[in-house]
Amino acid sequence: MKFVKIDEKQWAEGIGKLKSGYRVFGPVKEGKDHEFRELTGDASPDMAFSNTRLSPKSVVYPQSEVMFEYTTDESRPDHHILKEPRRDDTPRAVIGIRPCDALSFLLVRRNFDSPEYKDPYWLRNYEATTFVGYGCNDPCATCFCTSAGSAPHDTQGLDALVVDRDGGYAAKAITEKGEALMKAAGWTDAMDEAEAEALFADRAAAAEKKITRQVATDKLAEKPSMDLYDAPFWEDVAFSCINCGTCTYLCPTCWCFDIQDECRGCEGVRTRNWDSCMAPLFTAHGSGHNPRGEKVQRVRQRFMHKLKYYVDKYGEGIQCVGCGRCVRSCPVNIDIRKVCDMMNAYDPEAANDCACPTT
Amino acid sequence: MTAPARQLDENRGDIMQNPYRPYPVRIDEIITETEDKNLKTFKFVFIDPEDEKRFAYLPGQFAELSVAGKGEIPIGIASSPTEKGFVKFTVNKVGLVSSHLHAMKAGDVMGIRGPLGHPYPWEALKGKNVVIIGGGFAFTTLRSSIIYMLEHRDQFGQINVIYGARTPGMLLYVDELKAWEARDDIGMHITVDGAKDPDWKYNVGFVPTITEQKAPPADENTYAIICGPPIMIKFTQPVLDKLGYGHDRIIMSLENRMKCGIGMCGRCNIGKDFVCKDGPVFTLAQLNGMPKEY
Repeated sequence: MKFVKIDEKQWAEGIGKLKSGYRVFGPVKEGKDHEFRELTGDASPDMAFSNTRLSPKSVVYPQSEVMFEYTTDESRPDHHILKEPRRDDTPRAVIGIRPCDALSFLLVRRNFDSPEYKDPYWLRNYEATTFVGYGCNDPCATCFCTSAGSAPHDTQGLDALVVDRDGGYAAKAITEKGEALMKAAGWTDAMDEAEAEALFADRAAAAEKKITRQVATDKLAEKPSMDLYDAPFWEDVAFSCINCGTCTYLCPTCWCFDIQDECRGCEGVRTRNWDSCMAPLFTAHGSGHNPRGEKVQRVRQRFMHKLKYYVDKYGEGIQCVGCGRCVRSCPVNIDIRKVCDMMNAYDPEAANDCACPTT
Repeated sequence: MTAPARQLDENRGDIMQNPYRPYPVRIDEIITETEDKNLKTFKFVFIDPEDEKRFAYLPGQFAELSVAGKGEIPIGIASSPTEKGFVKFTVNKVGLVSSHLHAMKAGDVMGIRGPLGHPYPWEALKGKNVVIIGGGFAFTTLRSSIIYMLEHRDQFGQINVIYGARTPGMLLYVDELKAWEARDDIGMHITVDGAKDPDWKYNVGFVPTITEQKAPPADENTYAIICGPPIMIKFTQPVLDKLGYGHDRIIMSLENRMKCGIGMCGRCNIGKDFVCKDGPVFTLAQLNGMPKEY
C-alpha cells in the first residue's frame, strides 16, 4: 500500500478517525490568512490555502514551553528543586504541512540534536509528530524553495505526501509512521502505482515550473566569513529595518530562545520562549556592554547566521527553506533573496568601486 | 543539500538526560571578598554526593548558577578539581540573579548546571611555562588554574602570576595570594592601581606595565592566559606582542550573554562559534579571525 486514493468523504472521515489516536493539527482560516491550529471537535483542515502566515514550527517548538516546575515554599521538603512537568506525549499529526516547512524541521534539528547535547523538549515533541505533507500546486511569487534545497512536492522531512486528484486526493506513505497514520485514518484504497507515480510527477513538474525566482547560494561556502562580515552592503540592507522581529517570528528555521523564571506565590515555572536576534536585549551584558548593540549588527547577524555561519558549521546548505514568509511580511520590504544574491556575488576586490546593492 | 533522515537514531537512551536540569546544591559558606562588598564567593555542596562526580570539571570551565524563581547566570568555576567536597564561584553583583544570590544565606538550596564550555588547554600546557595575567574580578578561573597547577607542580615549567586590582581591598582571595607569595615555585606579581596603605609591600602600577616588567620572555614553550576587563586586555596585548608572544600562545576566556550554555539558544555566538559551547576559551590567533562581537 504505497499509494492510495482518498475521496472527499474518506478524507473527512479519516481526519475524524485520526483524532482518537492523535492530536491533529491543520490549516484553518483566520481572518484573511491561514494558520496551523489543533483541530478539535469536528473541525477539519481547510486545504484551500497557499501557505500559512506563521510556520507550523510551534507544533514541535511552542512559542512558550514550561521546562521545569518548582515550589519556593520552604516548608515543603522539595523546595527550590526543579522538576520536569508531566508531559503530553500523545502522538501528533500535522495535516497539510507544505514541503518547505517540513524540511525546516530537519534543519532545526541540527541545532537541538547535537553530538554533545540533546534538547529533550524539542526532540520528544518531534518524535511524537507525524508530518503529512500537501504538495504545492500554486507557489507564491515570494517562494524560492527550489533554491533552498526543497521543492513544491519534495518529501524530505515528511512521513506522507498528499496531492490533489479529481474528486479528492492521492497519498503516498514515505515512512512507517506515515503508513501507520494512513492506516489509522482508513486511507487504504490502493491506487495503481504507474498512474499514481505519473500523477505525482506531473503535479511536481507543473508546480516547479511556476517558481521563477532562483537564488544563488553556490559560492557562500567558499567566501571567507570575515569578508562577508565586513562587506559594505550591511548598512544599506539594515537602513530601513525597524528591528520589529517579524522575520524571526514567522521563520520556520529560526530557533533562538530565552529562558525565564515566573512565579505566582510560591509556585514557579522555568519556561523557554522564542527570542529574536533583532532585539538589543538578546545580547546585552549585565554590565551594559552590548556586542550587537547597533541595528546593523543585528541585521547582519540574522543574515550571516542563515546564509554563512550555518553553511560553515554544518556543510549542509543554508538555514532557509525558501518559504518566502519573511519577504511577504517584512514591513519595510527587506528581501532575503536579494541579500543572499549579494552575499553570494560579493567580491571584496571589486567592492571598493560601488557599495550599493543592485536592487 | 542532503538532510538528515527523518527517522531518529536508534540509541536514544540519552534523551532522558535533560541538559537543562541543574544539580541541587546547598550553600555551605558565603565569603565577602572585596571592600566594596560587590564580590562574594559562594561555596556549594551537592545535595546528592553522586552529583559531585557527575560534575567533573577542569579549570577554565563555567556553570549556570540556578536560583528557582529568579533564573540562571553563567559563572566561571573558581574552585579547582583538586579541591574535593565542594565547588566555589565568585559572583559580582550586577543583575537580577546575582543580586538575589548576594542576599541569600548559608543553608539555602539552589542549583548548579554544568560543567559547561571548554577548559584551558591543559594537555597542551603540560611541560610548558605558564604566565597568568589577571585583572579585577576576572581572577576566578585563574585561581582554579593556579591551585590545579600547584597541585600538579611537576607537570609544568615556570609559573608566573600577574594579578592587579584597583586597590588592595579589591583583590580576590587575599589569604591565598599571600600564601602563594611565600612559595618559591611560583612567581607572584601582585599589583594595584594605587594604595593608600603605607604598608603595601607589593607592586603599584597597571597590569600592562607590570607585565612588561615581570612577564618571562616569550618562547615556544611559554603560554600566557589572560582574563580581565576589556581595557586591561586592550593594553596588555601590545605588551605581549612586544615581548614576542605568538598569538597561538595567548589564551583568553570570553564572556557573552548566555541562557542555555549548551550552544542552542543562539545569543552568545561570535561568527559560527558559540562562546558557551565552543569557548569560552579561545587563543588570540583564533579570535583574530572572528568578528569582535564580545
